[in-house]
Amino acid sequence: MSTLISPRPRSRSDQDWPGYVLPVRAPLRLDCGIDFGPFTIAYQTYGTLNPDRSNAILVCHALTGDQYAADPHPLTGKPGWWETLIGPGRVLDIERYFLICPNVLGGCMGTTGPQDIDPASGEPWALSFPVITIRDMVRAQKLLLDHLGIESLFCVIGGSMGAMQVLEWAASYPDSVFAAVPIAGAARHSAQNIAFHEVGRQAIMADPDWSGGRYLSVGRKPVRGLAVARMAAHITYLSEAALHRKFGRNLQDRLAVTYGFDADFQVESYLRHQGSTFVDRFDANSYLYITRAMDYFDLAAEHGGTLAGAFEGTRSRFCIISFTSDWLFPTPESRQIVHALNAAAANVSFVEIATDNGHDAFLLHEPELFETLRGFLNGCAEHRGLGRPR
Amino acid sequence: MAASAESAALSFGAAARATMGPGAAGELRQDLRLIAEMIEPRSRVLDIGCGDGALLAYLARQKSVDGRGIELSQSGVNACVGHGLSVIQGDADRDLEAYPAGAFDVVVLSQTLQATHRPRRVVEELVRIGRRAIVSFPNFGFWRIRFGLLLTGRMPVSHCLAHPWYETPNIHLCTIRDFIALCDEIGVRVDRSVTLDRHGQPYSLDPRGSLANLLAEQGIFVLCGSGGL
Repeated sequence: MSTLISPRPRSRSDQDWPGYVLPVRAPLRLDCGIDFGPFTIAYQTYGTLNPDRSNAILVCHALTGDQYAADPHPLTGKPGWWETLIGPGRVLDIERYFLICPNVLGGCMGTTGPQDIDPASGEPWALSFPVITIRDMVRAQKLLLDHLGIESLFCVIGGSMGAMQVLEWAASYPDSVFAAVPIAGAARHSAQNIAFHEVGRQAIMADPDWSGGRYLSVGRKPVRGLAVARMAAHITYLSEAALHRKFGRNLQDRLAVTYGFDADFQVESYLRHQGSTFVDRFDANSYLYITRAMDYFDLAAEHGGTLAGAFEGTRSRFCIISFTSDWLFPTPESRQIVHALNAAAANVSFVEIATDNGHDAFLLHEPELFETLRGFLNGCAEHRGLGRPR
Repeated sequence: MAASAESAALSFGAAARATMGPGAAGELRQDLRLIAEMIEPRSRVLDIGCGDGALLAYLARQKSVDGRGIELSQSGVNACVGHGLSVIQGDADRDLEAYPAGAFDVVVLSQTLQATHRPRRVVEELVRIGRRAIVSFPNFGFWRIRFGLLLTGRMPVSHCLAHPWYETPNIHLCTIRDFIALCDEIGVRVDRSVTLDRHGQPYSLDPRGSLANLLAEQGIFVLCGSGGL
């Protein structure tokens, strides 16, 4: 772990990141019962809202994503996480649609999260930040859309935790969602996924630099714990086949094993790199809070125990997408959503994409995914009166 | 075993429906055209085993129906969704139970019944979730099949039943008479029926008669649940 960067606490004042920030003054009632606020929502937009305000697409990011879906990341300089999908003439065509991508509540890229200052104490919130849920994230996003004057979204789309937000949108604000595209998602977090998250959280909390969560106040940063959490999680985003294809048992810059615990294998070196770069851009407490929000997600439980109840009477058009090699959010999870939507007699399409890229496939170049999305969105656009693509 | 039978069924569905892409303006396959004629404009239709979506696309274009599809083959589903049709990946044995009763005006099961694991259950589900069901299947009582087996002693292969016995997805073949007996047994009413000759042209034969069971290569049946709706 010696390759990890040195702790570098980030204060809020030095942030001058691209994009917009909406200050929300009225408190928001959270699922945990707390009236939270004031707070801020950081977001990016792409494209232009049409005069009818009917071409808006809400893009929901995943656990460690952010609002920079199609811009270089301000901290890493890397391309946006969905640049393959977003752009002129691309599937999410910014010459046709108006895209809004907000950072989630509890995040660490401008929307209020545990690293921000608690006005009551003048110190970072740390663990006194309220526990938030996927529904709380969506409620905050609704405030943003109200502010932007968008009553009805053409589409809500997202992968993984983004898919959870899509489902929550469709259930909570059905009249505001014309089309919903949850990719590689689930209507509830499985026991196995909660278990993986717990490993990540325990790794963070076991790092002495975590300091009971108060690392920013004491000028430290639990980079080792956060890196281990990321390494463990990253394995779950891939597949055995993908790991084998990329690395096999290849050795890293050496001809033979060293009979030690250095990164002999390429796969070890890769994971260490994933861990060490992650800590440059992500806050450890945000990781705790957002993983918790995913763990708590159970859409059926929010609707009397039956998932179909969440979608009763919905008029939204759904396109559910899963990937064959995704063992974190496997196809049966998506099929359960499909069955619930069928029970609600909803308009639903369901596609399983064959790929060995695992859960990460939603972020990668998957031609069949693109083609499916393009066809679905074009069909919806016609029904919405947005016309055919140019 | 189940998985291999399912994947076999998908290849049948894909082959059977690969006559026209959903975007194409060409001729709809004859039996699908007859089925399309039986469907009222603007009705809610579920096409089970919809293949590449040719029937759904035709119905959406010509009759403004609110169409949904179920298809086993991934390539079929992706082609349908890519053309803007609402189609889910699934199969008749597994995915009908979730639908509420009377969810559709018409449920179509074309050239798929003989490839299902539990055809009796499937027929019951069809008339539960649809006010009407339209079922078409190859008639195993067709004289060429009977004589082929009698004279050659080999399992019949025809353009309707194109696979040799060791790789056929058709695990529950039946004759027209068998099918009508099943409908009688489970209390499903046959509202209307059309029998087709080798060239897909309709016969004017009584489907309950022995002649239809001998001369027709395919049958198309419009079914209603006994309870009605």
